[in-house]
Amino acid sequence: MPQISQFAENWYAASQIFWVLLTFGFVFFVIGRGMLPKIEATVDARDRKVADDLAAAKAAHAAADALEESYRQQSDASRAAAQKAVTDAKDKAAKDAEKRLAKVDAELADKLSAAEADVSAARGSAMAEIESVAAEAAGDLVARLSGVKVAAADAKAAVKAVLHG
Amino acid sequence: MADQGKVDPMHQFEVQKMFDMFHVGNHEVAFTTSAMWMVIAGLLLWVFMIGGMKRQLVPGRWQVAVEGFTGFISGMMNANIGPEGRKYTPYVFSLFMFILMLNVLGLMPLGLFGVHPFTVTSHFAITGVLAILSFAIVLIVGFWRHGLHFFSLFVPHGTPIWLMWLIPVIELVSFLVRPFSLALRLFVAMTAGHVLMKVFASFIIDGLAASPAIGIGVGIPSLALMIGISGLELLVAGIQAYVFALLTSLYLNDAINLH
Repeated sequence: MPQISQFAENWYAASQIFWVLLTFGFVFFVIGRGMLPKIEATVDARDRKVADDLAAAKAAHAAADALEESYRQQSDASRAAAQKAVTDAKDKAAKDAEKRLAKVDAELADKLSAAEADVSAARGSAMAEIESVAAEAAGDLVARLSGVKVAAADAKAAVKAVLHG
Repeated sequence: MADQGKVDPMHQFEVQKMFDMFHVGNHEVAFTTSAMWMVIAGLLLWVFMIGGMKRQLVPGRWQVAVEGFTGFISGMMNANIGPEGRKYTPYVFSLFMFILMLNVLGLMPLGLFGVHPFTVTSHFAITGVLAILSFAIVLIVGFWRHGLHFFSLFVPHGTPIWLMWLIPVIELVSFLVRPFSLALRLFVAMTAGHVLMKVFASFIIDGLAASPAIGIGVGIPSLALMIGISGLELLVAGIQAYVFALLTSLYLNDAINLH
């Protein structure tokens, strides 16, 4: 087994130990202490970036949800407002129409009663004229038939009694 | 290879001196095949990691591969030690990647291109240094953070008073055995796997040398087995690197959190 028998040779152990220390020292100082921390830092930075990005994405998702919720609420509110405006307008229009109708009604009633008053006045005056004409006619008739002159007032009273029953 | 066409399954583990460098005391330090493969592993690892340094927010394939490895180790440290384990991730990551690269490089079929692959982690001298390093870090961290209170590691929770003479001794032995088990596990696993592959390969060569009939009768099942074992060895290469890193992290957890 050369691994053991070669220890007898003067150069073997010294060379092996020297070279393993030298090469492993190179590996440790240049690779282990020089390069490894940088690679680990890169990995750590990437892990952190991924975690940050995930957190940001989650926050953005939550913000989008909140935005959607507020949008929904807003649209609900505006829809309700629009509905209210429509009903208000309808109510107002109905009330206006009612008011105008009432006014027109009142005007018509006024006109009607004025017309009725006119008619009754006209009838009254017509009656009075008929009375006086009837009284004159009655007086003339009496005078012509009997020659008796009837006083105008008497004739008028008699006509009135006949006309008004 | 040994003479007369015989395959020596242990020859692959021999470290060849490539050129001398300098002396430490009366010991010679040389550039060896083992050293060469460690340098290659370090450089390949470096190139691999550079591909992960683009630091893009949306990573490419290469960056994902590198981040997969770093994430694997930092996840393991986090699970075994907790947030305080982050400080030790560079060490455990270096350990894991270095051992993994050495294990896998030793399995590459580079022989097809005339290069002799060599499994550095099949040498006890190498795994021993790495294990002692881990053990020393555990000791330093333990005594640094807890002072002499670190010795309470040897008294598990709920130890009855009348067992106080026995349990701490057992715990101490198990603690002191850690570097050996750490080093031996890797060294033995790599050595055994490569010996096994070499033995099956020698069956094919020796069988063909004996006669074509034996060569086919023995060679084809051996080849089939070798294909399976090669896959298994790739798995072992990963698992052993993982076990080394995992145990180091568990030992560090003892030192940091001290039950």
